[in-house]
Amino acid sequence: MTGSAPALRIEGLHKSFGDLAVLRGIDLDVAQHEVVCLIGSSGSGKSTLLRCINLLEPIDAGRIVIEGDEITAKGVDVNRIRRRIGIVFQAYNLFPHLRVIDNVSLAPRKVLGLSRAAAEARATELLDRIGLADKAREYPDRLSGGQQQRVAIVRALAMQPDLLLLDEITSALDPELVAEVLNLIRELAGNGMTMLIATHEMSFAREIASRVCFLDAGRILEIGPPAEMFSAPRQPRTQQFLQRVIDAGRL
Amino acid sequence: MTPGAERPPGRARVAADRRRRRSRLGIGEGGGRALVVAAVSTLIVFGGLGLVVVNAPGWPQVQDKFLNGRVFAESFPLIVSAFWVNVRLFLIAEVFILILAMVVAVARSLPGPAFFPVRLLATIYVDVFRALPGVLVIFILGLGIPSLRIPGLPADPFIWAVVALTLLYTAYVSEVYRAGIESVHPSQEAAARSLGLNRGQALQYVLLPQAVRRVIPPLLNDFIGLQKDTALVSFIGVVEIFRQSQIRQAGAFNFTPFFATALVFLIVTIPLARSVDWLLARERNRRVAGVNPGVGPGVTVAGPTVGAR
Ligand SMILES: Nc1ncnc2c1ncn2[C@@H]1O[C@H](COP(=O)(O)OP(=O)(O)O)[C@@H](O)[C@H]1O
Ligand SMILES: [Mg+2]
Repeated sequence: MTGSAPALRIEGLHKSFGDLAVLRGIDLDVAQHEVVCLIGSSGSGKSTLLRCINLLEPIDAGRIVIEGDEITAKGVDVNRIRRRIGIVFQAYNLFPHLRVIDNVSLAPRKVLGLSRAAAEARATELLDRIGLADKAREYPDRLSGGQQQRVAIVRALAMQPDLLLLDEITSALDPELVAEVLNLIRELAGNGMTMLIATHEMSFAREIASRVCFLDAGRILEIGPPAEMFSAPRQPRTQQFLQRVIDAGRL
Repeated sequence: MTPGAERPPGRARVAADRRRRRSRLGIGEGGGRALVVAAVSTLIVFGGLGLVVVNAPGWPQVQDKFLNGRVFAESFPLIVSAFWVNVRLFLIAEVFILILAMVVAVARSLPGPAFFPVRLLATIYVDVFRALPGVLVIFILGLGIPSLRIPGLPADPFIWAVVALTLLYTAYVSEVYRAGIESVHPSQEAAARSLGLNRGQALQYVLLPQAVRRVIPPLLNDFIGLQKDTALVSFIGVVEIFRQSQIRQAGAFNFTPFFATALVFLIVTIPLARSVDWLLARERNRRVAGVNPGVGPGVTVAGPTVGAR
């Protein structure tokens, strides 16, 4: 593991579901502390790409390398790898039968082997940081969507991952709850967390991303700094997509 | 879970509860008057039926043969004490069933080709024991195996009764568990695995706790079936409530002991059945109100209807 290796390197990634080729040769490097936003229309393969990186989906061809370690090699311990990669889903996927504090401390206890006291201390500190320490003993369904999503983010952070994957984490939220979640992501970016973010929030992507990556039908069609991508996209497909987004009033 | 789904505010909720309770009895809205009409018509129907039966020409003989107060008083204590055998049978078998059924359910949900033989065995077991009439299994185990006189195997019919009921009901209950496991949305497993939990840990801490919560009502349904089916073991010589009532009936040349037995089952089973209905209705109402603590579309799993006969 060398300091200069990219946090994430994807080479020639292919993934199909049956006859449907969803990812058709993805190459992408994400540097340490970089924030890369994935944009693209629904069905272009953003979620599938993130799920492949976290080894939730087996891949058909290609390599995924995290800080110099190939995680798609045969015989790697997937559970060890997943500890290093956090993922947050659109639908939060909190554990409904566990209190907030247990949602956050379960994996540190069972996977990292922390004592209950140590894991709960870590969880409480994180919940405190997002202003939800007073909800620690509530069940998730008693929280608002924005609060639940922030708990889900903190649950991933409790494993102290090297890389955080976010899959349209504000898409299920009422508009007035989006800001509190995006603020948390901003703060994480400010602290140097390496992130790969699939998002429909174009103004957010423009503000936070080091680079923006336009995914179209399973390929990366265009990638570049947000200023370039949003003001002067080179590919006609990118222009079309952004035009549709502008028409829908989301930029 | 629908984000932003809110509980209805207190007062509306109470009113909604009241409406639901009434409509469950089929009385409907309309308050006091509806209640009076329901009471009067019930009285007329049941009172009328009662009069017809009591005035039938054969009623005195039937009363003497089936509802004889003296025979009832004599046999009831014996029958109740024989019922303790059923209770013991039920409780012991139930403990084994709950544990073994979980093992079978987990075995059937193991993924990958390596576990194919395990899945196959578990599936065959479930299919066979759900297909066989309960009485047959009880006969084969309770009479067949002891007559082989294999040294070391117990001869006590009570033990074979426990074994037979356990084998029969484990098959049903494992299916209930399995349906429960499958009703937990796959995103829950993805969330657990993404945190680094292995499959066993994901099952233990995330999937099974949610699955078991959802299947409690259908599990109780199976308990009721088991409770009644304890009477089947009378065929292999266990002196439980049904066997005892046969003995009393033969002794007194009177069928009243059967009536006493029926009464015991009614007293024990009806409250259980009522509470299952209540649990199911509560679950349903929660889902309708959108406050189901479950994930995604709150799924309640209907248990397989039990009839081991
Ligand atoms: N588990 C799956 N099985 C079959 N098809 C899938 C599965 N997951 C995603 N797909 C398909 O893959 C394509 C890309 O989906 P997805 O990665 O979710 O796109 P996006 O997140 O960009 O909207 C879609 O056509 C979708 O229907
Ligand atoms: Mg998606």
